Amino acid sequence: MIELHDVHKQLGDREILRGLTLTVPKGKNYVIMGRSGIGKSVTLKHVIGIFQPDRGKVVVDGVDMATVTPVDLRELRKRMGYLFQNGALLNWLTVAENVALPLREHTKMSRSEIGDRVMKVLELVGMDHAAGNYPARISGGMKLRAGMARALITEPEYVLYDEPNAGLDPIMSDQIHNLIVEVRDRLGVTGLVVTHSRACAFTVGDIIGVVDDGKILEEGTVAEMQKSEHELVHQFIGGGAD
Amino acid sequence: MKLLRDVGMGSREMVSGAGYTVNLLLRTILALRYLPRRIRFTLDMAYAAGVRALPVTAIVALFAGMILALQTGIELRKLGQSEMIGTVTAISMCREMGPFMTAIILAAMVGSAMAAEIGTMTVSEEVTALDVMSVDSTNYLVLPRVIALTVMCPVLTVFSNLIGIVGGGMVADNHLGVSQHYFWLTVRESLLATDTLFPKDVYVGLFKAIVFGCTIAIVSCSAGLRADGGALGVGKAVQRAVMISVILVIILGYIITWFFYFLVH
Repeated sequence: MIELHDVHKQLGDREILRGLTLTVPKGKNYVIMGRSGIGKSVTLKHVIGIFQPDRGKVVVDGVDMATVTPVDLRELRKRMGYLFQNGALLNWLTVAENVALPLREHTKMSRSEIGDRVMKVLELVGMDHAAGNYPARISGGMKLRAGMARALITEPEYVLYDEPNAGLDPIMSDQIHNLIVEVRDRLGVTGLVVTHSRACAFTVGDIIGVVDDGKILEEGTVAEMQKSEHELVHQFIGGGAD
Repeated sequence: MKLLRDVGMGSREMVSGAGYTVNLLLRTILALRYLPRRIRFTLDMAYAAGVRALPVTAIVALFAGMILALQTGIELRKLGQSEMIGTVTAISMCREMGPFMTAIILAAMVGSAMAAEIGTMTVSEEVTALDVMSVDSTNYLVLPRVIALTVMCPVLTVFSNLIGIVGGGMVADNHLGVSQHYFWLTVRESLLATDTLFPKDVYVGLFKAIVFGCTIAIVSCSAGLRADGGALGVGKAVQRAVMISVILVIILGYIITWFFYFLVH
């Protein structure tokens, strides 16, 4: 379970988070929606321990991220995956080498065992045909799927998705959304998703939280959010273009 | 008031940058135990640095040696001491010019590329991705680059010294009336004057090259890791890396010369 309690964070002279509280139950996808620059990605970085809150608490699987030791944080991160907006693949490694990186660094698995596991995960994300390609040679959608494979290679219990469909066409977006759902259903992964996209939120979200002014304005299931009478929630969840 | 604030901000930035760089150096030293795991990448980096800098180093060293011999030769000829040109060229190249020129070329060509590579990785969240995967960016990204440049700078310096002396020999023969045979005889005598296996002028120069290589790599990696703000930030990181590297090479060059020739006799 991921829990954020009354999290405050100031970056530069701007207070980004002002008492953000949310809970992601095990095996569910929680979608954070909100305007650009409102602190959605900052929230994810608190969960993975890159940022520490100025005030409040971030607890992942019972571990308080403020007091966790570097060794425990490293162990915790091995149980978490993170999908970056552009995949964040290393340019000098092939797709397969990128995906294999966490296993090479942290396990004593043999080369062939790693190769088998990598191909299995690449198949899951539909990227097995591009295993030998370098990131510069593949499309944005393929980079995202390769990033997803890298996030899943360690069989994490939690995956954090930062704008998983940013810059993708609707067909590619759908593929990514379906993949996130599949990862939840087949692997039982708990997901925290940051997005602007209504289509993404509706497809992958078990719970949707709309952020404004540094805190959760309203949260609930898709059906509950659709009934919301709050204007901003209505703008995000209700009608109009995606 | 604004001027004072800007000066204050600039000073704070400079001090925090220096602190970050020193901290990165210490972390790199502590990460040395991971070197066997990074050896392939280190060799790739060393090869890339050597190949990238070799042609420019050769051209610059050749002409630097020629200029040195020509300028000094003019004065020596006035004093009737033209035959000393081999000694002057060899000592100047090995002690100062070789390591200095090589370091400046490496800062401009390899250090800037390092800062750009790591800076781009930083702004495109690839470094954050390494952190998230619990892969230490110091031993994964910085250590191979530092070792590669620390090894390649003295190697290129030896090459640069040799080419520079060859250039000096060409000028001595063509313009100063000193034969190639006599030139190389004086070069050999001047470098082996101390009758030691490693003449002081050579090892001080190589020590400088080791320090310069390490400094350029650490400064460039540090600038890259501190880059922010997209392409503009990467450009600033490259500029900062080259500027600080050149300044430090000059200051450290002076300190090392002072240490070996004035403090330790």
